[in-house]
Amino acid sequence: MIWNEKMETMSREEMRALQSERLVATVKRVYENVPAYRAKMDAIGLKPEDVKGVEDLTKLPFTTKADLRDNYPFGLFAVPQDEIVRVHASSGTTGKPTVVGYTAKDIEMWSECVARCMTMAGITKKDIIQVAYGYGLFTGGLGAHYGAEHIGATTVPMGTGNTQKLVTLMKDFGATAIACTPSYLLHISEVLKESGEVNDLKLKAAICGAEPWTEEMRLQIEKNLNIHAHDIYGLSEIMGPGVACDCEYHEGLHVCEDYFIPEIISPTTFEPVADGETGELVFTTISKEGLPLIRYRTRDLTSISYGKCKCGRTTCRISRFKGRSDDMLIIRGVNVFPSQVEEALLSIDGVSPHYHIIVDRVNNLDTLEIMVEVDGKFFSDEIKGLEALSVKIGKAVQQMIGLNAKIKLVEPRTIERSMGKAVHVTDKRKLV
Amino acid sequence: MQAKQLSVFIENREGRLDEVLAVIKAANVNILSLSLADTSEYGLLRLIVSDPAAADAALKASGFSSMLTDVLVVRLMNKVGSLQAFLSDLAKTEINLEYMYGLTIEKEGKASLVIKASDLAKASEILLKAGAELLTAEDIAKL
Repeated sequence: MIWNEKMETMSREEMRALQSERLVATVKRVYENVPAYRAKMDAIGLKPEDVKGVEDLTKLPFTTKADLRDNYPFGLFAVPQDEIVRVHASSGTTGKPTVVGYTAKDIEMWSECVARCMTMAGITKKDIIQVAYGYGLFTGGLGAHYGAEHIGATTVPMGTGNTQKLVTLMKDFGATAIACTPSYLLHISEVLKESGEVNDLKLKAAICGAEPWTEEMRLQIEKNLNIHAHDIYGLSEIMGPGVACDCEYHEGLHVCEDYFIPEIISPTTFEPVADGETGELVFTTISKEGLPLIRYRTRDLTSISYGKCKCGRTTCRISRFKGRSDDMLIIRGVNVFPSQVEEALLSIDGVSPHYHIIVDRVNNLDTLEIMVEVDGKFFSDEIKGLEALSVKIGKAVQQMIGLNAKIKLVEPRTIERSMGKAVHVTDKRKLV
Repeated sequence: MQAKQLSVFIENREGRLDEVLAVIKAANVNILSLSLADTSEYGLLRLIVSDPAAADAALKASGFSSMLTDVLVVRLMNKVGSLQAFLSDLAKTEINLEYMYGLTIEKEGKASLVIKASDLAKASEILLKAGAELLTAEDIAKL
């Protein structure tokens, strides 16, 4: 089943022509409407008319998260604020979030993308889908929700945090599909398997994303629940969930190429890598009005294949992610930078102690532990003082990243010192 | 009339207490009393020693988190009711006792207590008025 035959099965030549046309228009638009892009292009002597098609893409400068931070909150928007109908925000590398804005047309485009992805998972208007992503500033909840409504499915806005209710309604409503993070679904599936409630379900498909997962996890979910599980990819800067998704053959994630041009570059030389090689994924949005981004470096490592898929789609496919080219962690679907933890610790009394972040997965749920060395101002000679310190650090971290962390106070010099760049993270989850 | 207590942060790991004691020994400092408060993950070792500054410096040099805190060391008769007699005066005030522990029992029928209170100055005033004998850092160094 294909949602949009025209766009998803057109020939490579047609796709290239469409991308070229849209790219030229986008470059002109950002040059005229976004001072930061005009300055970037002027700095390298590039005029909008120098970009005549996709072949000129590599002439354009990159965009990074730092550009979004420097132009916080609305500086990169290419339309007046009254054209923006919605904003979302995700973690920045420091205290300031990354803010993204959508026009009414952008929301329609986003819904179209998610509709294509859900169709890949076999979801139709006849389905009852529970959206168990977080609703709010995070793009997951509302993104999946609008896509589900767009295909006409009965959409249940569950949100996160109440597993018991989710399971009850899954049974009572006879839900046939679910959208949530893969680790959460794996957790739910084990609970249901154990209680034998799996047999009471009508569930047949899941569309999971917002965090990296392995093929083994996907197969485990399929086995536990006797359903089809699909991997949906996206990032708020580019749009949100729905940028790409895998079809029933699970041989890579089909990119909505008529809206986003993907490239793979070397994270060290920034040059395009040979076809099929792994590198950093870069996206240029060619239809977005609110926040068009030129060559945005996603920091996700993957490869692309352009061959036609057995499903009939001709859109290119990105392979399962092989990690990140920066130190961002995705914990319970939330983007976390170690620098944010550092900033939270600094906020306590201006002294940043040595710290180390340990991420693990226990019973399929991510755990976050932060070891903090008790030294100098972080020392109290009373237990209640130390306990208050733990609570204070925990609160500061919670406010900064929106996740509860277990704070473990340790002796000075317990945390390994490294020569050069400090290693602040141990990720015990085996996701790559 | 206050004395210095040495506090050391230690994780609940094998051999850590031993390592702290070895550092103090190497600094040639005598331990007169200690108390170990523990939680599930770490402990707080509090000590009264012959030379707190020297022990503190030695521990810091060995990478431990340690600090000096003002406390009261009260000497009282080693007999029934003497502790209660002193503390009941404190109990009538707003002063909060943070923690306390005993010091080595002395031969001539006296015993000493280490007291950390929310307001040390006021607490010592009250205790002195009640006839308590408070030991200073110099007194302790001679013990």
